[in-house]
Amino acid sequence: MNPVKIIQSRFVPLPAENVDTDQIIPARFLKATTRDGFGKNLFRDWRYENNDDTKPKAGFPLNNPAYSGEILVAGKNFGCGSSREHAAWALQDYGFKAVVSSFYADIFRNNALNNGVLPVQVSDAFLQEIFAQGADTELVIDLEAQTISIPATGKSESFDINSYKKTCLLNGYDDIDYLLSMLPEVEAFEKQPR
Amino acid sequence: MGKTLFEKIWEHHVVKEIPGGPAVLYIDRHFIHEVTSPQAFTGLQKRGIPVFRPAQTIATADHNVPTLNQHLPIKEELSRLQVEVLHTNCAAQGIALYGLGHPFQGIVHVIGPELGVTQPGMTIVCGDSHTSTHGAFGSIAFGIGTSEVEMVFASQCLLQSKPKLMRISVDGELSEGVSSKDIVLYILSQITAAGATGYAVEFAGSAIRSLSMEARMTICNMSIEMGARCGMIAPDETTFSYIKGRQFAPGGEAWEPALAKWKKLFSDDDAAFDKEYTFRAEDIEPMITWGTNPGMGIAVNAPIPVPNGTEEKTAFEKSLAYMGFEAGESLLGKKVDYVFIGSCTNSRLEDLRLVAEFVKGKKKADGVEVWIVPGSRKVEAQARAEGIDKIFEKAGFQLRQPGCSACLGMNEDKIPAGKYCVSTSNRNFEGRQGAGARTLLASPLTAAAAAVTGVITDVRTLLTQKTETAEAFA
Ligand code: SF4
Repeated sequence: MNPVKIIQSRFVPLPAENVDTDQIIPARFLKATTRDGFGKNLFRDWRYENNDDTKPKAGFPLNNPAYSGEILVAGKNFGCGSSREHAAWALQDYGFKAVVSSFYADIFRNNALNNGVLPVQVSDAFLQEIFAQGADTELVIDLEAQTISIPATGKSESFDINSYKKTCLLNGYDDIDYLLSMLPEVEAFEKQPR
Repeated sequence: MGKTLFEKIWEHHVVKEIPGGPAVLYIDRHFIHEVTSPQAFTGLQKRGIPVFRPAQTIATADHNVPTLNQHLPIKEELSRLQVEVLHTNCAAQGIALYGLGHPFQGIVHVIGPELGVTQPGMTIVCGDSHTSTHGAFGSIAFGIGTSEVEMVFASQCLLQSKPKLMRISVDGELSEGVSSKDIVLYILSQITAAGATGYAVEFAGSAIRSLSMEARMTICNMSIEMGARCGMIAPDETTFSYIKGRQFAPGGEAWEPALAKWKKLFSDDDAAFDKEYTFRAEDIEPMITWGTNPGMGIAVNAPIPVPNGTEEKTAFEKSLAYMGFEAGESLLGKKVDYVFIGSCTNSRLEDLRLVAEFVKGKKKADGVEVWIVPGSRKVEAQARAEGIDKIFEKAGFQLRQPGCSACLGMNEDKIPAGKYCVSTSNRNFEGRQGAGARTLLASPLTAAAAAVTGVITDVRTLLTQKTETAEAFA
């Protein structure tokens, strides 16, 4: 995994709430046996007219040339529903390095962190502040300092992240390396009477 | 201070606490299926390591399998490939696989309990959000992503932070025509689809205690729809007698010690929860959803709510436009195109028996397509042995072969765009049952009522009719 430190970029606004992982990547695209290439089907049914990827839906933010960047900003309860990690793969493959929302579903939050996509949780007020910005506004997410700011307005807010995950992301470590180092302790645990 | 059920099990499984971070949590049982496991196996191969404890993992093929002609090769190429890859991986790693054609095959959350693999006090995970189902046995059971599947393969452990604890009590007696599916849809309508995010939820109260294991599973199954990390119910005599004698249940001399351990699994009287809700069973009516998340439910005879405030208005309008409904109108009498009775929420023998009992002597309405998809081969076999298949056949219902089917429409069983489906599954998200499909979640009885009338119906009106005719002939 690549280390994550500072993400400075314009953002794509998706003000919808309760965006479930079935919308992020519909089930019919889960048939792959590798992790690659999910980005082209990210938000597939919101992005294109029924089943036809030659006809983009004009109103959808990913299809709006005014918006671009490595940060997706979405309404509250982002990533609810199915546990499919394909949702995080699709966001990452499309090019997003962070998602900003005022609330996340648990499993999605873990899946995102395990794939180096940073879920930044902000207050409802700050989220509205971001949505109120124009298409060329940049956001700065500083993982070390745990802050997100809008340089154009000078507004900023701090966000929470568990310190273990923060260390992993800053260094590009993954959990499996850590767990493998734990195997002797796991074996000892298995031998205890339980 | 006393401990909650969750805390008792959790503390028993912590290998190590990382200071300022998550705990290393030991996992007793790991279920896998064809869709969320291939990339985890590839990850192991890249690291050059084997599955650490293959005997604690059980595999089945369910998400992507056809529900007709399962003896033939899978037609859809990518689906066939996923199922083949599962076979190769399980064979290489020594993992037991109950694949297509195996008498134990079925939806992963149906077969675990049915085979006695799921037991009280365990930690259970699967790369599937409805793993919460297994919590009905008094275990900590939750869905994980594919990277986490790989972690369990590698170490039989996961890194987990302890969630907050919530108790939802339902007290009193359920009315006629109301089932556990209605309880959970009712709770969802009260606390919303994000109401339990960040919490482990214990369901308690006299109404929950009175339920069968199958009905309890329906409730824990949908705890993820409230955002809960897991749902659980303390084990009791109902649980123990369900488990006893099953294939992988502790047998012979192992039974009594297991039982003694399980009997300690309950929340102490003075245990503290971070949040509590209490509901009255008498307030619950047959439920149905009108929108595009499982929290958008109403009593079947109630009007669709009118939004309150601008924020709610935007969310409602989007859902209503997708569903083709209007705020304030009643769903009763709306035409239905499909009825799907299946999924890990409601595809167990009890569900099929209930539906068969109701439709006996009735016929499906013209213009409705009715699919009954049993949760497992065992459920299917038992249904046939009891003659339930004949009742369905006479009613014009199709009894298919086990799998996830139209719950998520990964195989051919898709609801066409714009069509209405009353479904006993757990998610009514946009496109969940097929691009453009419109899903109304309900109990098996409410679904069966729609099947025989062709429209959304309050099943209680048909139940009274039945009693009246019975009396007239008495
Ligand atoms: S039946 Fe539906 S909810 Fe259950 S495991 Fe299958 S796809 Fe998931």
